[in-house]
Amino acid sequence: MTVRPDMSAPTLAQLRLGAGRFGWAWHVLPWGVALATYFVAGAYLTLGTAALEMILFTLSIDLALGYAGIVTFGQAAFFGVGAYAAGLLSIHVTPDPILGLLFGTAIAALLGLVTGVLILHTEGVTLMMLTLAIASMIGAFAAQAGDLTGGDNGLQGMQISPLFGVFPFDLWGQTGYLYALGVLFLWFVAAWRIVRSPFGRSLDGIRQSPRRMRAIGTPVWWRLIAVYTLAAAMAGTAGSLKAQTNQFVGLDSLDLLVSGTALVMLILGGTRRLYGAFVGAAFYVVVQDLAAEFDPFRWMFLIGGLLVVMVLFLEGGLMGVADWLHHAAARLWLGTARK
Amino acid sequence: MSSALRVEDLVAGYGATVVLDGLSFDLPTGGTLAVLGRNGVGKTTLLATLMGFTNRHRGVIRFGDRPIESVATHRRNRAGLGYVPQEREIFPSLSVEENLLVARRGGGWTLAAVYDLFPALKERRRNSGNRLSGGEQQMLAVGRALVGAPRLLLLDEPTEGLAPIVVEALAEALARIRDQSVLSIILVEQRVDLALSFARDAIVLDRGRIVWRGASTALDADDDTKHRLLGVAG
Repeated sequence: MTVRPDMSAPTLAQLRLGAGRFGWAWHVLPWGVALATYFVAGAYLTLGTAALEMILFTLSIDLALGYAGIVTFGQAAFFGVGAYAAGLLSIHVTPDPILGLLFGTAIAALLGLVTGVLILHTEGVTLMMLTLAIASMIGAFAAQAGDLTGGDNGLQGMQISPLFGVFPFDLWGQTGYLYALGVLFLWFVAAWRIVRSPFGRSLDGIRQSPRRMRAIGTPVWWRLIAVYTLAAAMAGTAGSLKAQTNQFVGLDSLDLLVSGTALVMLILGGTRRLYGAFVGAAFYVVVQDLAAEFDPFRWMFLIGGLLVVMVLFLEGGLMGVADWLHHAAARLWLGTARK
Repeated sequence: MSSALRVEDLVAGYGATVVLDGLSFDLPTGGTLAVLGRNGVGKTTLLATLMGFTNRHRGVIRFGDRPIESVATHRRNRAGLGYVPQEREIFPSLSVEENLLVARRGGGWTLAAVYDLFPALKERRRNSGNRLSGGEQQMLAVGRALVGAPRLLLLDEPTEGLAPIVVEALAEALARIRDQSVLSIILVEQRVDLALSFARDAIVLDRGRIVWRGASTALDADDDTKHRLLGVAG
């Protein structure tokens, strides 16, 4: 018997990752690993926190780009603005982390709403250029407005009070890690529900044919603005988390490279899977760290090479590979069970 | 009798190009209209213009008692225009049922009613949209329009590219839709005999103008006109 992933066989439809009687086990795996990391990571815990923040940020791109097909290269604008907003609130108003997180999220969402209204009537390359332009403008503004942002020196003097008034953000990043994991989990559950809701299905339709969605009565423009705002809010949360766990915000959080890196993470992991963002970002952060240790000057070659291989040979990224393994194992198991 | 649709002096096309050159016609509520003509005379453009996909240069489109020519496409649909495009445009990543659910609106056909009309769709309701035959795709496209609570159904060459036996089944289903509901229907078709037996009235287009109008039975009996305008052997 040859083992090949044949998507057309109806029995295999029930064997999709996360479906069926033991589907829940697939959900336990990534979150279990994330939780276990807390206990074994030791000095790497801050790296783990950074990975969680990138997972959340990548997830926001999956919503906008993966599901709704909004070609955005400027998602870092929301990440950075969320970071600065959370940082400024902690300096000037209150050191409370939850309020800071909500504030950073709200400001990023507001920016998403306003810029979305301005640019989402366009599509394709035009839209891509506009997202780049807006991100560049915001980056330039942050660099110029030194009194507000600290310019090149970054935002100094952030103070974050203990979480819930009990757990201080310690040097080892233990509170920070669990805090980031909890926030990521909440957003992930929300995203999971959203993409399976009628609203989420309509985004799927809009990506495939905006014209058809209009003809069945969907206000396409408003749906795009809604998901863009939502993705901006999510990116803002990720930025706020980064600001709070580092107690510092630099201009690099607005850098276009942040958007680009997250796009790479998303493609590595696989788009439109949600867990693709999870796996891709975690994988990237770990590989980058290992490769940089091995060769601090040439690690980008490894990342670049991996990306080329993924895109050329492994459709669906790491999640596609997981699917394939799962199918193969299931077929073997079914094959032996029938005998 | 009240009008479902009244089109007055409609001039429209793509960009500056004019495809429809001054169309006027009237469709009574509950009426059926066949739009005939050779390839490239503007039949598809007419339906696309009614939905707001083309560039309208002049003219009025009155749906019920309100002018809709400047109304956004999704609002036209919500007002009761159901559109089944020539390309069918099924969403490949959604299942059959999800393709219906995404278009469902209160007051429209229920899923059960659609499955009753097209039993094949019920069997395949968990299949994804890209695993359907051409006929099934067409049934799904029609079903998707029906669940959206249309008062006027626009069908663009629904039988194109389908096997004769599938065409027959589809024509039967369309006749059931016509007889069992209060829908008004505009049918664009290349199959003249099918269109004329389906619709009460007919118009024939040539180079963006209406060159013949009247009862379908009259056109069906007029072999000379059919031959001259439609190229149908008498």
